[in-house]
Amino acid sequence: MDLTFSPSEQQFRDDARAWLVDHVPRSPLPSGDTAEGFAAHLEWERTLFDAGYAVVSWPKQYGGREASLWEWLIFEEEYFRAGAPQRVTQNGIFLLAPTLFEFGTDEQKDRILRPMACGEQTWCQGWSEPNAGSDLAAITSRAARDETRGGWVLNGQKTWTTRGAFCTHLFGLFRTDPEAPRHRGLTYFLVDLASEGITVRPVERLDGDQGFAEVFFDDVFVPDTDVLGGVDEGWAVAMATTGSERGLTLRSPGRFLATASRLMDLARDPDRLVDERTRDQIIAAYIDAEAYRWQTFWTVTRMVNGNAAGAESSLVKIFWSELDVRLHELALELLGPHAELLDGAHSHWMTGYEFSLAGPIYAGTNEIQRNVVAERVLGLPRK
Amino acid sequence: MDFAFDANQLEFRDAVSGLLAEHCSPVQLRAAWENDNGRIPQLWDHLVEMGVVSLLAPESVGGLGLGYVDLVLILEASGWAGLPEPLVETAAVAVPLLAAHDPVKLRSVLAGGSVAARSPLDEHGVWIESCPWTLILDTDHAYVVAHEWIRTTARRSVDGARRLGTVEVESTQFRAVGDTVAAAAAFDRGALGFAAQQCGLAARMLHMTVEYAKQRTQFGLPIGSFQAVKHHLANARVALEFARPLVYRAAWSIDAGHPQASMHVSMAKSAADDAAHVAGRAALQCHGAIGYTTEYDLHLYLKRSWALARSWGDATWHRTRVGTALADRQTA
Repeated sequence: MDLTFSPSEQQFRDDARAWLVDHVPRSPLPSGDTAEGFAAHLEWERTLFDAGYAVVSWPKQYGGREASLWEWLIFEEEYFRAGAPQRVTQNGIFLLAPTLFEFGTDEQKDRILRPMACGEQTWCQGWSEPNAGSDLAAITSRAARDETRGGWVLNGQKTWTTRGAFCTHLFGLFRTDPEAPRHRGLTYFLVDLASEGITVRPVERLDGDQGFAEVFFDDVFVPDTDVLGGVDEGWAVAMATTGSERGLTLRSPGRFLATASRLMDLARDPDRLVDERTRDQIIAAYIDAEAYRWQTFWTVTRMVNGNAAGAESSLVKIFWSELDVRLHELALELLGPHAELLDGAHSHWMTGYEFSLAGPIYAGTNEIQRNVVAERVLGLPRK
Repeated sequence: MDFAFDANQLEFRDAVSGLLAEHCSPVQLRAAWENDNGRIPQLWDHLVEMGVVSLLAPESVGGLGLGYVDLVLILEASGWAGLPEPLVETAAVAVPLLAAHDPVKLRSVLAGGSVAARSPLDEHGVWIESCPWTLILDTDHAYVVAHEWIRTTARRSVDGARRLGTVEVESTQFRAVGDTVAAAAAFDRGALGFAAQQCGLAARMLHMTVEYAKQRTQFGLPIGSFQAVKHHLANARVALEFARPLVYRAAWSIDAGHPQASMHVSMAKSAADDAAHVAGRAALQCHGAIGYTTEYDLHLYLKRSWALARSWGDATWHRTRVGTALADRQTA
């Protein structure tokens, strides 16, 4: 056991920190879930890309710098510590990209990864449908074979598609064999949202931004080259992606450590009276953010030693999503009557709270995750 | 960064777990509840023979010369077993103190003696009557006092194996063992030892309950198939998953002499106490009435976790210490 970073990792941290100090916008960008804010965030993505910080862990040919998992975690810690903008490319770089690396053809990787990394192509995910949420395998959107054109014709509807109104592309599951059992007969498609037959209707989220969208497919043609993984094998391919979403790649510890530190700063404000009970809860939340960091280091050591992350990602998702809500609730408690203000210096706590409340819902609700923990980690019977 | 135990550390832990499975079963633990000193006959000698007690002492004085990272898994295993012996007090707290400051007493301890201890936060220690020495830890000094020099008043614990005694010293003529820094470090090693035991207790209670929920049927189904039961147990598993790394990290910080080791210990004790609480509540609730009986074994571990949660600083005390350390770091 050695809980220190090597000199080269330390150097990597120092370099990233210095670069971020010089480049992170001085004043916060408008929300990335609005048209104006999305464009501003894409400019920031380009800045990151040009400096080699957009996708640090990727191969150089796709715009990365081949950073190790440890360096990626260090970069994330520094990124959040610096208060840098949200990543509007995250569904592409953190969710689709790992799946592309695992299942994609060379042609797909060469065509998609670099434009994704620099923000030219932005990806949203098409999982949920009006009647398929937690029960994802209930999806009914179809893809019918079109032998003449060498591809598939999509029909149906996806919903709760984050940033669907602004993104250029969508990845998602469609049913290619309606006769097969629920988890079979699904195929993973990569879809250009400019294709004929697609209608995108923005949906206003709890926070007031048009951050969601419904996406309608009306005889949309997708060529064979945009099938990811095997036909009728989409479920396994998609599960690889949701594993990333629940676990490490989307929610690195740096995010919660930074929020916990800001919460501590808020509690330290000499003008603020903090009762003993609240102070105790704030410290408990800070300790949980530390626990999340060290549990991540524990997991990453296992991954570096060749062990795959499994159902444990469900444990992690429960923990970080509920910690994030708690951190924000405590901040709102400290702010008292100022908590509701959407203008002023502390408004980010309310908008952050609204954002955090999505955590226990998306990527499989925490109720589903608790079932997964009980069944696959503890070995309790499904029925 | 390499946050994992090596094969030797895991093997040592497995060997001790094997010993405890044989000598510290629920039947033997129940016998300790009923006997005159609350301990398991001969078990201490076995622990001494295996080198567990002398693990932290340097090789030059007959110890194994290992560190807290090597010890922490063993302490966790002792929590799993509900071990009714002063292992934390002797191996984790007293031995390094004596190794540095009182080689004569150390030899006696390594030869099979055991040391009870009273922390600066507690009025009583455990198993004082059956230990040749008692370590009296004040906030700034540590004293290791032979049994004949102390008077104890027995107190009754909810955990029948824990024989408590308040401590009065017959003399003021004792020489402190080590300085203020050594006393503070000794306290940290104790608090972390009980944190490790809490993780073991949480894991044991969770394991018992998972096994029970698989075989107990109601409405024609195993109760472990019901979501309400699953979610209780998933919560316990989550709490344990995120407490353990803090405990292991604190062990490393102690070995490395990390300037914030005390804060790391307090994070560990707070998280481990909370995990044991969540696991204990889930375990009792999911067992239903059978868990509420003393015929069933759950209470042996549940009551130990209640006792340890308030020993050597409870979760709130440790969180306060974390808060102070963070504020100091801020101003530094």
